[in-house]
Amino acid sequence: MNPVLDDEEDTSRADVSGEIRLPATLEGAGPLPASAEIVIVGGGVVGLAIAYYLAKRGLTNVVVVERGYLAEGASGRNGGGVRQQWSTELNIRLMQESVELCRRFAVDLGVNVWFRQGGYLFLARSADEVARLEKNIALQNRCGVATRMLEPRQALAIVPELDLTGIVGASYNPTDGILFPWPFLWGYARQAAAHGARIFTQTPVGGLEPQKAGGYVVHTPRGAVRARRVINATGAWSPKLGAMLGIEIPTFPIRHEICSSEPLKPFLRPMVSELASGLYCSQSMRGEIVGGVTIPGHASTYGMGSTLEFLATYARRLVRLMPILGDIKILRQWAGPYDQSPDGNPVLGAVPGHPDFFLACGFVGHGFMMAPIVGKLYGEWLTGGPPHEIFSRYTLARFAGGGGGGPHSDKEDFNIG
Amino acid sequence: MAGKIVLCRCEDVTLADLEHSVSRGYRDIEEVKRYTGFGTGPCQGKECLAAVATQLAILTRQPPSAIPPFTSRPPLAPTPLRVLARDPGAHRFADDPEESEQKT
Repeated sequence: MNPVLDDEEDTSRADVSGEIRLPATLEGAGPLPASAEIVIVGGGVVGLAIAYYLAKRGLTNVVVVERGYLAEGASGRNGGGVRQQWSTELNIRLMQESVELCRRFAVDLGVNVWFRQGGYLFLARSADEVARLEKNIALQNRCGVATRMLEPRQALAIVPELDLTGIVGASYNPTDGILFPWPFLWGYARQAAAHGARIFTQTPVGGLEPQKAGGYVVHTPRGAVRARRVINATGAWSPKLGAMLGIEIPTFPIRHEICSSEPLKPFLRPMVSELASGLYCSQSMRGEIVGGVTIPGHASTYGMGSTLEFLATYARRLVRLMPILGDIKILRQWAGPYDQSPDGNPVLGAVPGHPDFFLACGFVGHGFMMAPIVGKLYGEWLTGGPPHEIFSRYTLARFAGGGGGGPHSDKEDFNIG
Repeated sequence: MAGKIVLCRCEDVTLADLEHSVSRGYRDIEEVKRYTGFGTGPCQGKECLAAVATQLAILTRQPPSAIPPFTSRPPLAPTPLRVLARDPGAHRFADDPEESEQKT
């Protein structure tokens, strides 16, 4: 069944001759406008969230250019997890706000994203891992997130299918959750377009030409657009866009694989993850078991191929953890790129020496869950609001000198899965 | 068009669903797959891809040759986790049990 509950279901269809009666979310094959206040490069969830919040706050002269189809990059390839179990106060507080925006998404954006708060259950297999969870939980509790440490038998009460062999503890926060990523993009895209933003797919940027008076001319195969400001929201491809201006962004792509099973009757409430292997799995609202595992030591690549090594490793770890899943069939596997940053935190804000070029990248595989709040804060800032502290702490400048951080750079060590 | 024309039987995607996707601007076969869910069930497009591509060509007034198939995903057929878990190519983590202990 189509998951999208469109409010215009019966009036917006094309007739069979191909005539389109209502404006589409995405622009067709037409040319770009001559100019825009802001050009957002990257039609993933981060770029579309920013476009939506800008347009909603009245800055409607916004153009989004996406080099491929909508959801072609990591935004269409992730597991849909949304959690508040992080290791730094800033990330915990950001994700508290993102969860609230996810809760309201269906009402605010008019698309059902199947957001389900079944919690996140992290499993520890060593005393070191337990200590790490306990340290994070103390900080999360101070921020008002009700994560708690569980004995293995308590974890069994939440997921009776677990094999507890080797499990020594777990952390559980009941308000973490999962969502269905694609409708999230359609919701932001549609509402951004409804407010006046224009979204062009199949439009790669070939060059950025700085203008003497400020701003850029953005060159694409379907024409050039003059922009007062440009936002780099290209995820793992952000170093390439930065390089067009001689800006070195120290992030790099890491391929992560993921797979999906046949649909099952709902039985698994939380996202389940184990620290030792980065194994994670959850049951989507479609009933599929969606999950992955982190195989260490893989080289940086833009490749999105699939491997039997991944599937075998995932299956081995998952069947060990939940033996009852052994007979469940995998339907498909795919891959997507993490935009890996040196300290595990995103790279945001303006670039030193390039006041009209802004970054929204380096999310290390967690950009989807961060996009709602980052989009909102960007929208507020670039429409005249005061800058949130993320724009002064998660800057490119913190990497100056080649280090992983300055005085304000906390390392995020809980990029699990 | 009278009646309900089913294009993808696994996911119950109809011609009307395809028309709706196209009307929204989601016309790339990859976007149509994601917007309607066609081709994401047990057959993974083996039964429905040609039917959807044909109708998409008509709706978007393109020759069928302009519509490539969507990226096919492994495995070739639905495969049980238990079978995959026995593959010798699996990465072994430090805490992985020896073969004799593995319960699968």
